[in-house]
Amino acid sequence: MSTTASFHSPTPVRPSSPRRSQLTRNQRPKWLVPVIGVAAVVVGAALSALVGFSPALWAVFAAVVFLVAAPIAVSVIEGGRKGADSLVTYLVYTAFILAVVPLISVLWTVLANGLPGLTSNLLFTSMNGVTGVHDNAAAEGQGPVLGGAYHAIVGTVSITFWATLLSVPIGLLTAIYLVEYSRGGWLGRGITFFVDVMTGIPSIVAGLFAAALFGLVFGPSTRFGFVAAVALTVLMIPTVVKNTEEMLKIVPNELREASYALGVRKWRTILKVVIPTAISGIASGVTLAIARVIGETAPLLVTAGFATAINWNSFSGWMTTLPTFIYYQIMTPTSPTSPDPSQQRAWAAALILILIVMLLNLVARLVARAFAPKVTGR
Amino acid sequence: MSKRIDVDHLNVYYGDFLAVEDVGMGIDARSVTAFIGPSGCGKSTFLRTLNRMHEVIPGARAEGQVLLDGEDLYGPGVDPVVVRSMVGMVFQRPNPFPTMSIRDNVLAGVKLNNKRISRSDADALVESSLQGANLWNEVKDRLDKPGSSLSGGQQQRLCIARAIAVKPDVILMDEPASALDPISTLAIEDLINDLKQDYTVVIVTHNMQQAARISDRTAFFNIAGTGKPGKLIEYGPTSEIFSNPKQKQTEDYVSGRFG
Repeated sequence: MSTTASFHSPTPVRPSSPRRSQLTRNQRPKWLVPVIGVAAVVVGAALSALVGFSPALWAVFAAVVFLVAAPIAVSVIEGGRKGADSLVTYLVYTAFILAVVPLISVLWTVLANGLPGLTSNLLFTSMNGVTGVHDNAAAEGQGPVLGGAYHAIVGTVSITFWATLLSVPIGLLTAIYLVEYSRGGWLGRGITFFVDVMTGIPSIVAGLFAAALFGLVFGPSTRFGFVAAVALTVLMIPTVVKNTEEMLKIVPNELREASYALGVRKWRTILKVVIPTAISGIASGVTLAIARVIGETAPLLVTAGFATAINWNSFSGWMTTLPTFIYYQIMTPTSPTSPDPSQQRAWAAALILILIVMLLNLVARLVARAFAPKVTGR
Repeated sequence: MSKRIDVDHLNVYYGDFLAVEDVGMGIDARSVTAFIGPSGCGKSTFLRTLNRMHEVIPGARAEGQVLLDGEDLYGPGVDPVVVRSMVGMVFQRPNPFPTMSIRDNVLAGVKLNNKRISRSDADALVESSLQGANLWNEVKDRLDKPGSSLSGGQQQRLCIARAIAVKPDVILMDEPASALDPISTLAIEDLINDLKQDYTVVIVTHNMQQAARISDRTAFFNIAGTGKPGKLIEYGPTSEIFSNPKQKQTEDYVSGRFG
């Protein structure tokens, strides 16, 4: 056993040499896993051809073959521990791909179907006065697709604006009470319980609540934008509370104590030390809450109704939002005989909805960056 | 600027648990007083009662008297916020405000309270506080950089500058150098020596050499066992505590026989 000799050996030690270092074990050649991958794709193609070929089946068979073959090969060469390690590693990768596939698929579908419809007509006109006659003409190639989602964009923006304006102060103050004041008292525990319950409320129930509330005051089937905003507020508050609570909890107690020790009052400490330290997390929490409600359809149908004309006033008249616009364009096309123009508008509206959510995320990032604790610059 | 503290029959509780029992001592103005003792003996808890910072901890309360130049901190109608603006505190771990620049950190006591201050007064206050904390020369060219960009020792001196910028009468320090390297510790110790000219300084330390180096008087705290209250065992001039203690417990502790 002259292992030291191999370190001084002027000639390279071959992998099969018996005089290897005792520190290393058998190692798989670098090409092994990629080759198994290629083989799995081929075998998968063959297996799926046996049952009736389809790309999805191909992918499933290839993945199963790979997940069985690769860990077995690795464990034969490198031992059971490495084999188990590679099995879990490949399972994690598979899970990741499975999670990403629907996301990419949705984005791709919306982009592919929505981009052709994203015209100035769609962005800057409403459906007011657009009838099946126009759509039939457009479908036969006589003129452009008239009508658009401008009124729905207006509705989405104003209803979401009012919902945010209502829910952020309520949610923020609730979270501040829970973290800074209640100290685990019975009221705090009660609020936490009911906020958890609220998180699980189905959105249609929130819509019915708002409709019933305003029905009591203004008479039955009262519908305008603000009613919908109240329904969305019910859905937003728990998200805002939960997120803000988590963010306030991770502000170190040392900062609060430092502030108190300077003779600063508690409310000023919260306002000027705790919230600025947590503001980036709070901002992204609010964005998440907005993104959660901006796509709601059911509660809007029972609270805001449906309109084809532009309505900037959230306090009177029915209003359309992008999700309800999409729903109606798909379910009841403007021209029942040629639904293509309606579908085109629906896809484009879906694309706009996604773009609005992305824009909100961007804004939240910018807010977060502007307020984030400064750690660089040493 | 500087005031003396007299403590009389002070008990501190966490809920029903008696944490510190029957402490009485007089702390001279313009002196450094060190609290030593094993972990958990209540010295930090007792320190916090000197500016009512223990009230931040849920369930903590104090009974007895703490007189600041004859005025009882626990008298009826006393606002703990006013107490804390007169008795400042520096913590074990440096805790500059991460959202603020070095300059704003020094001005935090003023700005967080929305007091109006002119630009020139603010500049003067920043300079004098940072000078007082021996930090001015190191940071004068980068006052707009974030406070967290400084090294640990510099951050701690920034916290001291922040504490003296509100012009307190007393400065309490809870193991201010325990998270720092020897060089930074030396800088803090020099600073404490300078601060004694203008302030009453009370410091908790685990480092007996540090207590011997910087303090004029030393108080030794001890507990009889887990779950028992901490007590003040001996209090006297530092030289006496370390060279000729009256109590056996003190002698055992300072000579390293336990703790």
